[in-house]
Amino acid sequence: MNLSEEQIERYSRHIILADVGPEGQEAILHGKVLIVGAGGLGSPAALYLAAAGVGTIGLIDNDEVDLTNLQRQIIHATPDLNKPKVLSAKEKIEKLNPDVETVIYRERITSENIMGIIQEYDFLIDGTDNFPTKFLINDACVFAQKSFSHGGVLRFKGQTMTYTPGNACYRCVFRSPPPKDAVPSCSQAGILGSIAGILGTIQATEALKYLIGKGHLLTNRVLTFDAMQMEFRTVNIERDHRCPICGDNPTIKELSDEEQPVCDLKQ
Amino acid sequence: MIIKVNGKEQEIGKNEISVYELLMENNVGRPDMVSIQLNGKFVDKDELQTTLVKDKDEVDYLYFMGGG
Repeated sequence: MNLSEEQIERYSRHIILADVGPEGQEAILHGKVLIVGAGGLGSPAALYLAAAGVGTIGLIDNDEVDLTNLQRQIIHATPDLNKPKVLSAKEKIEKLNPDVETVIYRERITSENIMGIIQEYDFLIDGTDNFPTKFLINDACVFAQKSFSHGGVLRFKGQTMTYTPGNACYRCVFRSPPPKDAVPSCSQAGILGSIAGILGTIQATEALKYLIGKGHLLTNRVLTFDAMQMEFRTVNIERDHRCPICGDNPTIKELSDEEQPVCDLKQ
Repeated sequence: MIIKVNGKEQEIGKNEISVYELLMENNVGRPDMVSIQLNGKFVDKDELQTTLVKDKDEVDYLYFMGGG
């Protein structure tokens, strides 16, 4: 691919970065990133990846835009109420950057469809709002040897890590979904809208670093932040040889859909 | 003894304490909402009572966060 004059101008602030340059921008334009969940994390991630010129952005979400979403899910706007989130997001992405091809999946990601969908992509962003799906994404990525960024937020806090094959996975840290009543969801406990923006933007940055192949990904580390103290911390982790999926004697050999907890918006 | 919890020094009035007791001391509440590292190694949930934290040990709590 040769960058057009318009692309050279559009991406000039990337291209002048020594670690991006025209080659890095071309890698971004060839890149394919799947965003699972067009919500609090997926919104900022999709907008920054679209602005950056990621060639193909996949979006999977089965929900419609709800009034309670708009406090943080910045890819959607008031006129989008009741519209499928993937359609609302696709419209914004296409307005922002016609270089991007947006592929939408208006469905829930499950053990049945996930392997077929993720094989089309270089990198995944987990922007989901529930543990069963977070574990499903991890397990599918371990099986398919795909890299992904995990993200989770609650109240004034966020957490993220990046998995690449051979490094620590989400199950190395968290063995299995927590009991249903142990950890509240955003609809139960609340979330400061901008927290989702911080975290989704970090996830988009990891995707871009992955595509250009520069820098150190957030592998074998968990980044946590607490906006009330405005403290960021990274905790080093290791791939756990006892991990049930990526360890030496894995006990999980196929994907399953664990019980979907109630983590939705209208309660 | 002095240990580090989430990167911050904490004084414990004993020479050793189980991970489970430390969780209670730190008001973590339910052990199943957190993953615990002791000196960089994850502690299995069924070993919380038998794994001991000693002077200068480092403990990290990684909480489940499921919102998106």
